[in-house]
Amino acid sequence: MTPAPLLDLMPALPEFLLLLAGLLFLVIGVLREGDGVRLIGPLSALSLVIAAAIILASDKTAADTFGGHFRMDAFAAFLKVLIYVGVAAAILVSQNFLEDERIARFEFPLLALFGALGMGMMVSANSFLALYMSLELQSLSVYVLAAGHRDTLRSTEAGLKYFILGSLASGLLLYGISLVYGFTGTVMFDQIGSLLRDENASLSSGALVGLVFIAAGICFKLGVVPFHMWTPDVYEGAPTPVGAYIASAPKLAAMGLLLRVLIDPFGAWVGQWQQIIVFVAIASMLLGAFAAIMQTNFKRLMAYSGIANIGYALVGLAAGTRDGVDGVLVFMAIYMVMTLGTFACILAMRRQGSYVEDINELAGLSRRQPILALILTILMFSLAGIPPTAGFFGKFYVFKAAIDANLTWLAVIGLLSSVVACYYYLRIVKLVWFDQAAEPFDLPLRPAIGAVAGISAILLIVAVLAINPLFASAGIAASAIFH
Amino acid sequence: MAIPLSHFLTLAAILFTLGVFGIFLNRKNVIIILMSIELILLSVNINFVAFSAHLNDLVGQVFTMFVLTVAAAEAAIGLAIVVVYFRNRGSIEVEDINLMRG
Repeated sequence: MTPAPLLDLMPALPEFLLLLAGLLFLVIGVLREGDGVRLIGPLSALSLVIAAAIILASDKTAADTFGGHFRMDAFAAFLKVLIYVGVAAAILVSQNFLEDERIARFEFPLLALFGALGMGMMVSANSFLALYMSLELQSLSVYVLAAGHRDTLRSTEAGLKYFILGSLASGLLLYGISLVYGFTGTVMFDQIGSLLRDENASLSSGALVGLVFIAAGICFKLGVVPFHMWTPDVYEGAPTPVGAYIASAPKLAAMGLLLRVLIDPFGAWVGQWQQIIVFVAIASMLLGAFAAIMQTNFKRLMAYSGIANIGYALVGLAAGTRDGVDGVLVFMAIYMVMTLGTFACILAMRRQGSYVEDINELAGLSRRQPILALILTILMFSLAGIPPTAGFFGKFYVFKAAIDANLTWLAVIGLLSSVVACYYYLRIVKLVWFDQAAEPFDLPLRPAIGAVAGISAILLIVAVLAINPLFASAGIAASAIFH
Repeated sequence: MAIPLSHFLTLAAILFTLGVFGIFLNRKNVIIILMSIELILLSVNINFVAFSAHLNDLVGQVFTMFVLTVAAAEAAIGLAIVVVYFRNRGSIEVEDINLMRG
């Protein structure tokens, strides 16, 4: 076997672009005091979109670099395009908010950019070393972002809680990695995979304990029950655009990580990890559905909604089949669009110059701003999973995969909890269309916020036409991690 | 006489458990939580180095270097967040971190 050329770094080209862009913007930001964020925000978003375009244009056959620690394949490409576009949208909607709240520092878009770099590396990680480093790059950026409104108690408390619980999760993950390394002798995914497939009979209990710790660590980052305690507080306390950021792309990246780790190195142990995922999925769906009923803060409500949605996605993973992973990818793509759109609507809730977050403030919105009301209605219908919208198809594919894998009872629990969840989504629709009109929100709607909310609503409607190509490309992506 | 691998693993497991309990049972001070996090990461390092020596494989020691680096960055960010929190709250007692109830 000939050794691979040392400097074939082309598979990581988009990540190099983001790294260099980030370093360059850092210098520009320091040199241009004051209004750096006006320049660096759009530039960061532009470089993310360029990175996504490079991935779309490039060859999707699997290619390794950095000595096999970094793998670019169809799976990574699918998630990276979504992540980079999602982060770009989150950066664009944040601009006005940062200026209104007088926290417009250029570090905001930059940290978001470095976080996106971490997420891109996460879904490309092909060894536990790369997994850990990229996860930390993403997490450390987001801790700072969450505490970014540094003169308010709410934001700093959110940052502190997120930091403590996130570090604990990293510790659990790392302890699991050390056990897996000790009992298999390697950190590379493909070597662990072939090792476990070979000696399927002699199941090493040490590596199994390691797997449980690793799954727990990643579930923490996903914010699913029983590791969800941080999500409501962080969503509520962090500045709203940071909430939009945390709720969208990092979930995709963590889900990508979980899929790759469970299917690629630990694919031979489906029977072992399936029980964990089934438990986590049921607990998340039920808690997300019931706990959100009492919430009146829109951001907190979205946190519980996010917990429930990740639970639905895990139903597809619990199936452990290629169709299941396919469904999870489609679901996560739709979830990201819905979350970004809803947070853009929350950012539009602004009265006499200050932002409001209570859902009762939405009362009678249809009379004052019918277009915003329509957008919000589409988003809520999609989150509830009502048929013409994309949210229905996302749930349809994950539940179908579960039924095909003889987990019908799990799909039934998922359906029942999504019926419960309908209540709080439809309550918002009722508030918007049928309640006594409250004071109007400030007009005009900011262009970036209107664009993100509008585009996401349009995407959720036209997804009916594009669902087959999306499902097919997610299928190619899913095939890349199965052996 | 060589110390067997199991001794190292037991030590690391004890330190790890102490770290986790330090986070959850501690009712006093956030700084103690930061120390507990550090303890967890260092216990993992013991695991890595012990396995590395046992397996005659350098990857574990390389991993340890990366973990140490990340731990330093994490401590820096953690302390920074604690400082901004202290400025707003005037206290870093764990019981005072209760503005939002999760």
